[in-house]
Amino acid sequence: MSSSLPLITLVVGAALGWLAAGLLGVMIPRRGAARGLFLLGALGGLAIAVLGLMAVWQPAEQLTLPLGLPDLPFHLRLDPLAGFFLMLLGGVSAGISVYAAGYFREETGGRLALICLQYHVFLASMAFVILADDAYLFMVAWETMALSSYFLVITDHKLPANRSAGFLYLLIAHLGAISILLCFGVMNGGHGDYTFEALRAARLTPQWSSVAFLLAFFGFGAKAGMIPLHAWLPEAHPAAPSPVSALMSGVMLKTAIYGMVRVIYDLIGGVRWEWGMGVLAIGAGTTLFGVLYALMQHDLKRLLAYHSVENIGIILLGLGMSMVFIGSGHGAAGALGLIAALYHTLNHAVFKGLLFLGAGSILHSTGQRNLNHMGGLIHGMPQTAFYFLVGALAISALPPLNGFVSEWLTFQTALQAPILQNDSVRSLLPLFAATLALAGALTAMCFVKVYGIAFLGRPREARHAAHAAAAGGDAGGWERCGMAWLAAGCCILGLFPVTLLLTLNRVSVSITRAGLSDAALQSNWLWLVPTAPAQASYSPIIFLVVIFSVTLLTFFLVRRFYHGRIRHADPWDCGFPEQTPRMQDSADAFGQPIRHVFGPVYLMQRHLPGPDDAAPRYSLKIEDRHWRWLYLPVARLAEFASSKIALLQQGRISIYLMYSFLTLIALLVFVR
Amino acid sequence: MSQQAAIAFQILQSVFVVIAAPLLTGWVNQCRAWLQNRSAPSILLPYYTLAKLFHKDAVIAHNASRLFHLTPYILFGCMWLAAGIVPVLATGLPFTPAADIIALVGVFALARVFSALAAMDTGTSFGGLGARREMLIGFLAEPAMLMTLFTAAFISGSTQLTTIVDTLAHREFAIHPGLAFAAAAFLMVLLAENARIPIDNPATHLELTMVHEAMILEYSARHLALIEWAMAIKLFAYMTIGIALFLPWGIAGAGDWPALPLAIAALLVKLAAGGAGLALIETLFAKLRLFLAPEFLSSAFLLAVLGMLTHFLTRA
Repeated sequence: MSSSLPLITLVVGAALGWLAAGLLGVMIPRRGAARGLFLLGALGGLAIAVLGLMAVWQPAEQLTLPLGLPDLPFHLRLDPLAGFFLMLLGGVSAGISVYAAGYFREETGGRLALICLQYHVFLASMAFVILADDAYLFMVAWETMALSSYFLVITDHKLPANRSAGFLYLLIAHLGAISILLCFGVMNGGHGDYTFEALRAARLTPQWSSVAFLLAFFGFGAKAGMIPLHAWLPEAHPAAPSPVSALMSGVMLKTAIYGMVRVIYDLIGGVRWEWGMGVLAIGAGTTLFGVLYALMQHDLKRLLAYHSVENIGIILLGLGMSMVFIGSGHGAAGALGLIAALYHTLNHAVFKGLLFLGAGSILHSTGQRNLNHMGGLIHGMPQTAFYFLVGALAISALPPLNGFVSEWLTFQTALQAPILQNDSVRSLLPLFAATLALAGALTAMCFVKVYGIAFLGRPREARHAAHAAAAGGDAGGWERCGMAWLAAGCCILGLFPVTLLLTLNRVSVSITRAGLSDAALQSNWLWLVPTAPAQASYSPIIFLVVIFSVTLLTFFLVRRFYHGRIRHADPWDCGFPEQTPRMQDSADAFGQPIRHVFGPVYLMQRHLPGPDDAAPRYSLKIEDRHWRWLYLPVARLAEFASSKIALLQQGRISIYLMYSFLTLIALLVFVR
Repeated sequence: MSQQAAIAFQILQSVFVVIAAPLLTGWVNQCRAWLQNRSAPSILLPYYTLAKLFHKDAVIAHNASRLFHLTPYILFGCMWLAAGIVPVLATGLPFTPAADIIALVGVFALARVFSALAAMDTGTSFGGLGARREMLIGFLAEPAMLMTLFTAAFISGSTQLTTIVDTLAHREFAIHPGLAFAAAAFLMVLLAENARIPIDNPATHLELTMVHEAMILEYSARHLALIEWAMAIKLFAYMTIGIALFLPWGIAGAGDWPALPLAIAALLVKLAAGGAGLALIETLFAKLRLFLAPEFLSSAFLLAVLGMLTHFLTRA
């Protein structure tokens, strides 16, 4: 395939287009202009998605931009891995941008201009993170991404809670950035050349490569939200406007996964199975922690944030398995694990983006994030309800939608365990798969809770019901467009997995030089075969067609032979006529069995009303244990240390001059 | 074996399961009545009940949404699909490669999620209660179920039910101690998933204990009939999965017409024995408190894990 312009130039052009859209937004601070620019941004996203997909199938391209410091130009490279993540970034952000065009309708012009600038800078910085081919540009783009998203998180900076959420986010983002910087330093080993090519060529001793792995894992893990560095997610996501939460959770966390794959597989190289076991342990912990805390939430966006933690854990499970297999010399199984992880990365971006957008529409329509005040929204906003249902089924890993495919691939990877030589590793892998099964079933429970409480049933609070009706019910046209795009993504990724499997196989070959077995690659578009047809296969299309046709057949048979008379009545009151909508399950009540079964996981403060309280109150507070044993001690230590260091600061100029003088003396004495 | 014959077998099996499923329920009820010294109802009673329900007028709550109307059909479709995947009469059916054991568990999960959502749709307190309990049992049972199936998958090196059954039934006889543990775990999961004693009691409407019945409290007439029928197919499917995994002998190959009568006879004998065993369990045991269900199902999970580890150890 020949084109006059290399793909990478076009991608860079589109990314610069995002920057230009942001700047234009500041120059023309009008609401109509901002809407147009968001739509333009969506077009840019589409273009980047298509170019990224094309790049997967072409040899890597390089480009040097004469920007940056005098002797340090920016190196860019577009290889299959970068192409795949650009596709994710472009495809998902296109839907979110279209949604954003309709979402910010109540903002004032000036604020909207700022949001437009930050939003597009955020998008462009993510594109440059993925394109970067030297540590310098990577860190510049990485920090731009952190800063622009920080400003987006504190859009509503008048609320103190949002400011502190933003601060926590910035703090953890920088801890991660320091770790990544150190990792680049370790890999470089003092050569002074920070292009990725040089880092790739550098040969590290096993000890140093393990150090580099740990630094990269924790650095990128902080951004991705793995435990114990997840604390910023449930704070920052609810604070940000919904399209921004969707972008952060759907796309930004994925740049961290990109960084992990790029640095660990590509730059450090020589993956060891011990690393994989570490990743698996953290991944399993993250998965269970995320879903168990999600089940305890009644703030919809907080709940979704905890599910992002869970899904990062699932991706880490896939990555960990792949490292175990590659480290033990089983390339094909390792490739399968990597493919499963990357597939889930894309899936999570699509359905989590969709769910956050749905949460945003609910917030617009009812003014509520608290599930306990919702109910019966399906009647007022049927379209949002439909899209949200697609997202909820997808995240619950139910066939035939996309979440199921990637979990299925992860299970298939775990089932390759018998080829491993090491007995304990071989027995442990299926247990990690069991963790995944448990998390999947718990996710289903959590989304039954979300959907059942928010959309089904009757409105719990009469005043909010009235509010929803007054606000005009369903989401606006652009908002629905954005959600429909992502919902279609959930269906397509679920129904045509083979196309993506082949794409990801190419990514895997380019990164690890290992791909799937020939039998797997020869399968046609209908049959998803990870190893060999006799071992496992899955055909979502046939699955869907059969389930759809038998359901339809049942429907018509019943129609044909049944008189079809229906009476409408009140729900049965079980002999107790004074039932009110407030007697329905609340979000907290729905989590009660989980609190019972997994009690020790939570730090609970519960106040139960006594039998003869005049004004009975029930309160429940659940805290994250990590705050007690990790964050608060570290914060106290930092405060203590800075209070001691502050003693040096007297505020008198003569003292500071004396410090300089003493330093000079010391240098003269010791260095000479 | 020609393609047409295989497809004929597929359709035959799917229709057979749907038609025969209420018979199994009737048989279990009959056996239980005998064991409890009651005079037994006719084995055909479930059919009469279905016919009666299909003749009634449906009563639907005012605020029920479209989801509530659709769920019985989706449930029925899911179970029908499951009946097509499981090798009941024959292996190597043309539809089986479309979904393996993990997808089968996914189908059951899909059905569970929809029934729980429908339960919450009318906004009654019982619906929510039933949905919550059902999801509790679901998330406890699913990992145990997957571990059981994984043990069988490790033994046969495949997650295709049909390959598993071929491996276990048609190759030389070998004793797999791992399978014994898996069978015990599977039995416990079967009881929980099908709303049977000791986890749930299908014959009660006592609010403190009911799980499945609380979910379908708002359904009537044809919708209720479809749900009851789907439950019967689910029980049938679970029993046949158990038979396929642990007692696969006698099953036919797809398109193998001469083996079909033997396969049907073997299946009927095994199902009759299984149904009687189920009735015996339901007579001997009392229902557990709801919060003992986690212990029951986590022991099922541990048994399944033990089975898998035993397989790894004995194979080495």
